[in-house]
Amino acid sequence: MKLLRDTWIVFQRQMLLVLRNPVWLIIGVIQPLYFLLLFGPLLKRALNAPTNAIAYQTFVPGLLVMLAMFGSLFVGFGLIAELRAGIIERSRVTPVSRMALMLGRSLRDVVSLLFQSILITVLAIPFGLRIKAADLLLTLLLLAMIGLMLSAVSNALALKLRSEDSLAPLMNAVSQPILLLSGILLPLAFAPIWLQRVADFNPFSWAVNAARSLFAGHPGDASVWQALVIVVVLTAAALTWSARSFARSVR
Amino acid sequence: MIETKGLRKSFRSRQGKQTKTVEAVRGVDLMVREGEIFGFLGPNGAGKTTTLRMLATLIEPDGGEATVAGADLRRQPGEVRKRIGYVAQGGSTWDECSAREELVVQARMYGIGKAEAQRRAVRALEAFQLTEYADRKCKTYSGGQRRRVDIALGIIHEPKIVFLDEPTTGLDPQSRAHMWDEVRRLRTEGMTVFITTHYLDEADALCDRIAIMDHGEIVAEGTPAELKREVAGDVITVGVNGTTPQAAKLLDTADYVSRLETLDGGGLRLYVDAGATAIPQIMRTLEGAGIALGSIELHRPSLDDVFLEKTGRSLRES
Repeated sequence: MKLLRDTWIVFQRQMLLVLRNPVWLIIGVIQPLYFLLLFGPLLKRALNAPTNAIAYQTFVPGLLVMLAMFGSLFVGFGLIAELRAGIIERSRVTPVSRMALMLGRSLRDVVSLLFQSILITVLAIPFGLRIKAADLLLTLLLLAMIGLMLSAVSNALALKLRSEDSLAPLMNAVSQPILLLSGILLPLAFAPIWLQRVADFNPFSWAVNAARSLFAGHPGDASVWQALVIVVVLTAAALTWSARSFARSVR
Repeated sequence: MIETKGLRKSFRSRQGKQTKTVEAVRGVDLMVREGEIFGFLGPNGAGKTTTLRMLATLIEPDGGEATVAGADLRRQPGEVRKRIGYVAQGGSTWDECSAREELVVQARMYGIGKAEAQRRAVRALEAFQLTEYADRKCKTYSGGQRRRVDIALGIIHEPKIVFLDEPTTGLDPQSRAHMWDEVRRLRTEGMTVFITTHYLDEADALCDRIAIMDHGEIVAEGTPAELKREVAGDVITVGVNGTTPQAAKLLDTADYVSRLETLDGGGLRLYVDAGATAIPQIMRTLEGAGIALGSIELHRPSLDDVFLEKTGRSLRES
């Protein structure tokens, strides 16, 4: 009960800050937007897809997972700024739940991510993309979990490193291979076998497969539940780790 | 209100390949009474902030015991948090939020309901003369206004004790005087105030009792007046007309004078335990011997003299 109330208070404050400077929401969506507009049109020929609609069915889910990954992995920078401004410390001397300090922030990131994902999906409709509402909702759930997981990881790392200078190279070193190994830009079906085997260890490649099945209108595909199980387990682990680092910074 | 025994904290810092352990606080015994302004005086790096952060539950002590506002620091940190307020040195406001918004959220983090939080914010804004700027973004505030918001945030839940870490550092003289008034007002409202400072005049003028800290240890504790008396008593300069040697001989044997120096210009410097009572005695002694007193001046030793005596160096230099 206290946890819910405290999370709500932290979340409200964080959302207020996002809405006060909504330009960041747009900046976060600019990269996938460029990909949608400037890279998407190449895909019909490149993927040998019969129609634009099918090409976008393959491409947009990948874009959304990329958005979820990049948007959330870099939220730790905001936390470092908060640490520096003394805001975290001010919260820590109050009896507010430590878990709520983390959850409230991660939920802010999830809400921003969902807004951005819906924006990208809607903008893809003129290119011929079609998806059922139920399948889209399931995709959004998957994206929300990824957002929650990576935002928690990013915040935990920020608490540990406490400096943008160490966080930035680490994030780049980790995110680039994960991005390339998730088949976001091109399906991994094009990859040589050894690369596919390596990608099997990348949870985000499972997520991309699931999102593609959903966008293709196959919610019953095995890839969907497999990805959900993997993502749920990892999200739970990430939240536990992050909550612990928030609590440990002070009991 | 606060009692500590042997509070310790050390940090490990890495310098190149070597790991060095720095003992920031090496066994602090403290006793802060209810309703007083207690000052922690010492140079930067003396361990003041570390001690304060331990008492405010922000860092865990390596050893020692402490009771803060009736709760055990190590066993009931949650209970301590409810009863204390803490205002960090660097400030703690969001640039994009207004003072009112910050106060409401802060109150709500202490479990106070929405309506009551808003009422308290209004009261705090009035008390700290911030009503005029209440709905402007914090980034537009002056240094003094920001500091007042910080303190208002620290006491929004009406704590028993409030910790203020260097509350006047970086403020101009006028804002500083204003801040002293605010701190005294907190005491009037029944709060115990624990401040750290490296300003001698601040410790002297503002604090009921002080502890002087150096290299992680408390080297002296008491009221500013006690501490100064303990060191050197008072200093009295006496000028007499032409009969200095005779006066010196008389006063040197007086039991209230602990030490006497003849000055180059012909005056005398007397070290006494308490100047206020020594002055009339000096006057009587000289008068009784028929020596005309030209001038008499009382100097009180400063806290810097205390620091000098206890640590062998001046606080101004360190």
